Amino acid sequence: MSVTGYLHSVKINKANCRGCVACVKTCPTDAIRVRNGKAEIIENRCIDCGECIRNCIYHAAVAETDKVSGLEQYEYNVVLPAPSLYAQFPADVSTEIIWQGLHALGFDEIFDVALASEYISLEIEKIVTDPNNKRKPMISSTCPAVLRLIQVKFPELIPQIVPVLPPAEASAIYIKKQLVSKLNIPEEKIGVWFISPCPSKGTNIRQSVDVLKTEITGSFSVSEVYGKILKNLGKESALEQKVTTASSYGMGWGGYGGEIRSAGLKNAIAVHGIKDVYDVLEQISLNKMPNLDYVECSACEGGCIGGALAAENRFVAETNLKQRIVKMRTSEPATRKETLETTMVCEDFPTSSKYIKKLLPRPMMQLDDDIVEAMKKFEQMEEVLRALPGLDCGACGAPSCQCLAEDIVQGKANEIDCIFKLRSSVRKLAHGMVELSKQIPIAAENDDFDLENELTNSNAGGEEDEG
Amino acid sequence: MSEDKSVKMNFEVIGEDFDRAGEASAKIKRMLQHIGIPAEIIRRIAIGTYEAEINVIIHAGGGEVEAEIFPEYTKVIISDHGPGIPDINLALQEGYSTAPDYVRQMGFGAGMGLPNMVNCSDKFDIQSTVGEGTTITMEFKHNS
Ligand SMILES: Nc1ncnc2c1ncn2[C@@H]1O[C@H](COP(=O)(O)OP(=O)(O)OP(=O)(O)O)[C@@H](O)[C@H]1O
Ligand code: SF4
Ligand SMILES: [Mg+2]
Repeated sequence: MSVTGYLHSVKINKANCRGCVACVKTCPTDAIRVRNGKAEIIENRCIDCGECIRNCIYHAAVAETDKVSGLEQYEYNVVLPAPSLYAQFPADVSTEIIWQGLHALGFDEIFDVALASEYISLEIEKIVTDPNNKRKPMISSTCPAVLRLIQVKFPELIPQIVPVLPPAEASAIYIKKQLVSKLNIPEEKIGVWFISPCPSKGTNIRQSVDVLKTEITGSFSVSEVYGKILKNLGKESALEQKVTTASSYGMGWGGYGGEIRSAGLKNAIAVHGIKDVYDVLEQISLNKMPNLDYVECSACEGGCIGGALAAENRFVAETNLKQRIVKMRTSEPATRKETLETTMVCEDFPTSSKYIKKLLPRPMMQLDDDIVEAMKKFEQMEEVLRALPGLDCGACGAPSCQCLAEDIVQGKANEIDCIFKLRSSVRKLAHGMVELSKQIPIAAENDDFDLENELTNSNAGGEEDEG
Repeated sequence: MSEDKSVKMNFEVIGEDFDRAGEASAKIKRMLQHIGIPAEIIRRIAIGTYEAEINVIIHAGGGEVEAEIFPEYTKVIISDHGPGIPDINLALQEGYSTAPDYVRQMGFGAGMGLPNMVNCSDKFDIQSTVGEGTTITMEFKHNS
């Protein structure tokens, strides 16, 4: 079984797109082509990592999120802020002030995702350090863009993904249950909203790859909410709820290495940035790290604080988060274990195994469903590729000559989409016409039309303008 | 005849060039993905080929990899004209290695390469003559 009918949140706003191929060139799964002067996303290849959003200077690549007006449809609204939101603010801005800002936006209740992260950390610790666990290294499951990358490019690594809930989902499951009994209102009347640093977490709510049934209603981007909080900052707001907060360990999940620190893992590495993640997955697939326990992978450089929908620059956000953690640490018990004991006081916090499902592969490289057909296409593709210039210039709208060759054998592109091929075809054609013109019978020469001259004059202008 | 259809690719492996180590197995992996071989099988082929490729780089001063994909199975032949292996049974033992120190410092030399190749493949053959070279042939079934 593999996945069909796939949703993604990143979209191209055609009006803004200039067809510059910046996004085509940076997409880690070769999911974008420029056709007829505009970028197009190949749906089933997009992993929602947000690289295109980061790299488009015309702001044509955007992510679909929900509208804050959606709150009106619910009787009671809960918001799930994560460390990536706190990291937008200097450490001096207390979490209480941020919560008040959220309250002023119309949320009735707040649940701190960082707290759920601490419960998930302990689950990770247990699975990864189990002496019977033979799947090494285990790979973190919290970044949905990484999960999707594994689905499309490294499906063989699916068994190595650590089977735990995304903290935001765990938060939603927990808080919804609590509220149903506390407020005595039906589940459908409770809206639970996540503030997302990236398109991939938004997509994973709308169509989850790893959660059986999402309890999150929708998501807003960090950058949108950040602006709204800033406006309300310092205004008195009547938030009466005493929010249970996480320790510095849960808070750390916003940046790279935070998961490892929170799970107390010693034999683990943190890899961040989609290219490095790709690289490490390749090494794991080759079984080159069989003695390592855990690899924390985030698609974004810096971890979630570097998400494509964050407001603040990622280094500023990293500084904010680090300083916030140092500050929190000063009033915490000495050890991790003692610290977590003080914060993890929720009763019946959900455990992952009941709520997650196994990831399905989503292979995308296959040239044909029929293996012999695929072989033929592969040979054609290699032949086409040998005839292309190998410059990977992107002028054809594909990220590389390799990809253009693939598009050509799939009938989605043409050899003369390559401007070098086009140029030499035009040249050949022109020469052919010149040769032909020389054979035109004398009688016709009276037409005062000089073909050779005509061609050389028009050649310089026309062709180059297009690319 | 579709049963006999196959695609073949050849790659040169350059001796002591660690920068390019793994290039042949990466290209073979890509080719198998395009043809639509199951991911778990591709992984075994890539691991087996990678180990053999590395051995050629370290122990044999270079050689050649040939991969041929049939609908039912993939065959990988790794050959070199290096020093050859005097005692093949000994070399096949887990933990046996003659790797020099500089190679061990790079994380190789655990003596696990040949045993891994045997484990990854469905059919394994090694021919080696001292002074002439070594040829390893591995076959991997596509539905195992
Ligand atoms: N192509 C080859 N030519 C000559 N000798 C070889 C070749 N391949 C393997 N050997 C010999 O066989 C030994 C065992 O090989 P094997 O791949 O199992 O271990 P290794 O290469 O020493 O270490 P590892 O593969 O674990 O990094 C090598 O140390 C080397 O002496
Ligand atoms: S690292 Fe975090 S912010 Fe970036 S894509 Fe993954 S989950 Fe989203
Ligand atoms: Mg070896």
